[in-house]
Amino acid sequence: MSIHAQKAKDFIANEERTNWHDGALWHVRNKRDISASGVPEWEALRNTASQIKDNVLSNLDTYLIQFEAAAKANGVHIHWAANGNEHNAIIGDIIDKHNARKIVKSKSMLTEECGLNHFLEDNGIEIIDTDLGERIIQMRNEPPSHIVLPAIHIKKEEVGELFHAQLGTEKGNADPTYLTKAARTHLQNKFFEADIAITGVNFAIAETGGVVICTNEGNADMGCHAAPVHIHCMGMEKILPKLEHLGVFTRLLARSATGQPSTIYTSHYHKPESSKEMHIVIVDNGRSEQLAKEDFRNSLKCIRCGACMNTCPIYRRSGGHSYHATIPGPIGAILQPNRDLKAYSDLPFASTLCGSCSDVCPVKINIHEQLYKWRQEIYKNNELPKSKVTSLKIATKVFKSPSTYDFLGKFARASMKALPRFMMYNKFNDWGKHRELPQPPKQSFKEWYKNKNNE
Amino acid sequence: MKYNVGLFIPCYVDQFFPEVGIATLRLLEKHNCNVIFPEQQTCCGQPMANTGMEQEGKKIYQQMAELFKNCDYIVGPSPSCVYHIRKHYDVAEQTEEIKHLRANCYDLVEFLYDVLKITQLDVSFPHRVGLHKGCHGLRGMQLDKPSELQKEVAPKWTTILHMVNDIEIADLTRTDECCGFGGTFAVAEEAISVKMGKDRVQDHINNQVEVITSGDMSCLMHLQGIIKRQKNGPKIMHIANILNGDTL
Repeated sequence: MSIHAQKAKDFIANEERTNWHDGALWHVRNKRDISASGVPEWEALRNTASQIKDNVLSNLDTYLIQFEAAAKANGVHIHWAANGNEHNAIIGDIIDKHNARKIVKSKSMLTEECGLNHFLEDNGIEIIDTDLGERIIQMRNEPPSHIVLPAIHIKKEEVGELFHAQLGTEKGNADPTYLTKAARTHLQNKFFEADIAITGVNFAIAETGGVVICTNEGNADMGCHAAPVHIHCMGMEKILPKLEHLGVFTRLLARSATGQPSTIYTSHYHKPESSKEMHIVIVDNGRSEQLAKEDFRNSLKCIRCGACMNTCPIYRRSGGHSYHATIPGPIGAILQPNRDLKAYSDLPFASTLCGSCSDVCPVKINIHEQLYKWRQEIYKNNELPKSKVTSLKIATKVFKSPSTYDFLGKFARASMKALPRFMMYNKFNDWGKHRELPQPPKQSFKEWYKNKNNE
Repeated sequence: MKYNVGLFIPCYVDQFFPEVGIATLRLLEKHNCNVIFPEQQTCCGQPMANTGMEQEGKKIYQQMAELFKNCDYIVGPSPSCVYHIRKHYDVAEQTEEIKHLRANCYDLVEFLYDVLKITQLDVSFPHRVGLHKGCHGLRGMQLDKPSELQKEVAPKWTTILHMVNDIEIADLTRTDECCGFGGTFAVAEEAISVKMGKDRVQDHINNQVEVITSGDMSCLMHLQGIIKRQKNGPKIMHIANILNGDTL
């Protein structure tokens, strides 16, 4: 059984929890539908966003250089990182330069991807995630299970227990307002103590050299305004050519993510306040390779809204951790194989290719088509399980020969009728574990057709 | 006679659900088509290709196309297989036969709606029906409006089904969620496939559905397997049988 299949099976073993998880995310998908239906030009917006990203991906080198020059002119320090290690080392250097000990960080899937928290903790630096969901999973020592709703797999009662143990809240109190207030007090102190604030980046504007950060909690701003140094970490694909393009994306992002018309905070950072320092780290980490793959380059259009996860019938029932990857869900299943085909060869198969992901995607990434294409790559690279390869090679031979097909079909149907139940339903029959096989008919369609014509 | 129509019967329909093939044939004949059934056909190659073995599946594509080269249209009771031919036969050498097949291959309901442009059916089905909108037909071929999209899409399945007299079509809570069949997914990811199927069945039960119908027998085979095992749930019937006036 593949890793995903095993983890999904384990998740589903608790059916009540699976139903709760599925229902919570379906609710978000519904909010997205309602919100999107309120924008008459929704499909035109998606097309426009997709085309802007096409332009960006085709001219990325030019835009990145333009962005760097504009940001430098604003007094921002720009750093380039080829991979996760370089990214972490750059941040380590900035921390050393300032003798910093305490860091606050707002949501950033890129720093997850680079393993920044572990790197800093190993070096004796305190790093606190300030997004509430992120803080919860950090306290639980877990990775996020969703890119927008990192703690969606955790129930409020479990948060109550966690906060009781770690923040001293009342035992048994799981009131969300009460718990959020406790988290706010805890985090406020962290904001004021922090030497450096780190954020992710939603959009970087080549024309202005500014970065745009979208949050609901205002935690990115709390961090950046309080700390003397702020660092913004961005994947190199986050570029938009001009500020006028931003509105297309902010209209799509929050509606697709949570059904909100916009995030509560959309913050623009252009230059440091006087006596402060602002850094931007631009990271490649496999993106150039993905860009070079024509069939897969569109995956770099992703704006990390998470809509594909909320709509995915598999994700909703298997949980984000079943993808054993930084980015889970359908988008993760097309991004991760680029990083390590062998390690993630199960993910493109964690899908029925239903296509719902592609239809909700605000930048029109053809996710399900890329899943199909990754499957082909996996076979070509000999990473498909032998059992699948052998049986499907035999099937091909059978289908190539109509007489063999007719004969074996008849034989299989006769066997299904003749065999006792225990021979048909056993551990070798995965179909039949929780499902009946179809009743074999007296004759196939072909046999019926022949007889009809002979009558 | 209007058209020479090549009847395409997917392998699992041939082997397990001949009644769906029979209904398709009779329905096309009722609508003045001259139906040709090439008996040498086997499988469209989708099981291999969806598992990543397109290179294997490809070996069947030309053979499929050859069989139907003299037909005006090629019609089958399966959006999923038709979608595969249209969309994924792009990797085969684009011979005249392949091009002809891809351009003229239709799902049954799509053919009735788009080509024959039927406006009525003289059949009755006095039952409360839940329409399962299979994903390839829905999102791949847009035979109905996918719930994700914010634009007008002609509801071909629903329109054709409404032409049946006395039929009552139930509203479902989740109008077009995948049933979890997914070809080899059904066994490779058995736990989740079954869970998705159970949830789909429950939605139909909750909405007092008497019969679940669909354009794709593969989805229905999966749902039927679950219904039979849990001994609770609606009956299933392929849309071709309802449109042909077959009784429950």
